[in-house]
Amino acid sequence: MSSDVHYTLHHPKWYRRRVSVWWWLQKRSYAQFVLRELTSVFVAFFAVVSLWQLHALGEGPEAYAHFMARLKSPLFLALHGVTFLFVLFHSITWFNLAPTAIVVRLRGKRVPDFVIAGMNYLVWLVASAAVAWLLLRG
Amino acid sequence: MAETITLSVARYRPEEEAEPTVQTYEVPYRKDWVVLDALNYIKDQLDGSLSFRWSCRMGVCGSCGMTVNGEPKLTCAVFLSDYLPGPIRVEPLQYFPIVRDLVVDISDFLEKLQKVKPWIILKEEKPLSEGEYRQTPDQLDTYKQFSMCINCMLCYAACPIYGLEPGFVGPAAIALAQRYNLDSRDMGAQERLDILSQKGGIWDCTFVGECTKVCPENVDPAGAIQQYKLAGAAHWFKSLLLPWGAK
Ligand code: SF4
Ligand code: FES
Repeated sequence: MSSDVHYTLHHPKWYRRRVSVWWWLQKRSYAQFVLRELTSVFVAFFAVVSLWQLHALGEGPEAYAHFMARLKSPLFLALHGVTFLFVLFHSITWFNLAPTAIVVRLRGKRVPDFVIAGMNYLVWLVASAAVAWLLLRG
Repeated sequence: MAETITLSVARYRPEEEAEPTVQTYEVPYRKDWVVLDALNYIKDQLDGSLSFRWSCRMGVCGSCGMTVNGEPKLTCAVFLSDYLPGPIRVEPLQYFPIVRDLVVDISDFLEKLQKVKPWIILKEEKPLSEGEYRQTPDQLDTYKQFSMCINCMLCYAACPIYGLEPGFVGPAAIALAQRYNLDSRDMGAQERLDILSQKGGIWDCTFVGECTKVCPENVDPAGAIQQYKLAGAAHWFKSLLLPWGAK
């Protein structure tokens, strides 16, 4: 054995790899995950706009009309379009993941995944229909 | 005509090189060979210095986990024919420090596994005269899936959170904690929750879900962690509403 080879006894010389900042581009599923996390920003945006709307409503009819007029500006329309797509992605990905987290056992048997996911979609549909009915009936 | 297939294998010889390199080998292609067979062919016929771990070659021991074409796999469970026409890239498992070639240091996982107390905890033992601890098939069924883990650590190698946040206890250890929580004989759920509610525990998981996809035993560690989170949150609510009731 040549003399310049020496083993570090009981203490291997590990090679440690670093995680690249672009790790989420290495796999489609990672990118999808990051996108799903990103949707929360848009969900928050929707929430803030809704709160703002409530606030305007409290300020009286004039303030409300002003608020609604502002919502109709191209900037807000475009923003809402994008937000809608992201929120849709958010809802669908989370509904599909729900069965993983929620385990319901009926008579000792686990309720199948599609039933749990289906329930989520059903509640979503009913809630959306109710909101649509409330808004569009007048 | 003897067909062959190329394997690009990651090498790291700490006494010779400062960082890993790639070496390619030409091995015979056989329909019934798994990637591990090809590695053993290299070791026996071409280059005895190549180091890798394996034992059972039948998906039971969990020691042959490596990165094959970028995906964490049990090398005894993936066939050369899955990767035609090649070349097949074989690298050590991601995120773990490399000791040599395809061998990684797993002590971090072993420490974490111990931390979550993966054994049945009893407040007090029954006297022998009272007989065994019984369990119905339904009770067994609630945790059986999580008990199938073979500690192969593929789920760690698939988890970007473990890569970014080395303190994270990680998928398999949490799944095993949940396996004992759900066991009707166990009384240690609170102890484990105390440990896993801390930094590095269940809340570090952001539900990437890759661990479940790569698990060769269908353990569904991602499910275990999310169910654990739900139970943890429910427990926290209960202790908030009924501070004297929840223990
Ligand atoms: S949970 Fe699955 S992937 Fe993770 S160590 Fe256990 S068997 Fe391997
Ligand atoms: S050699 Fe045992 S799991 Fe592959």
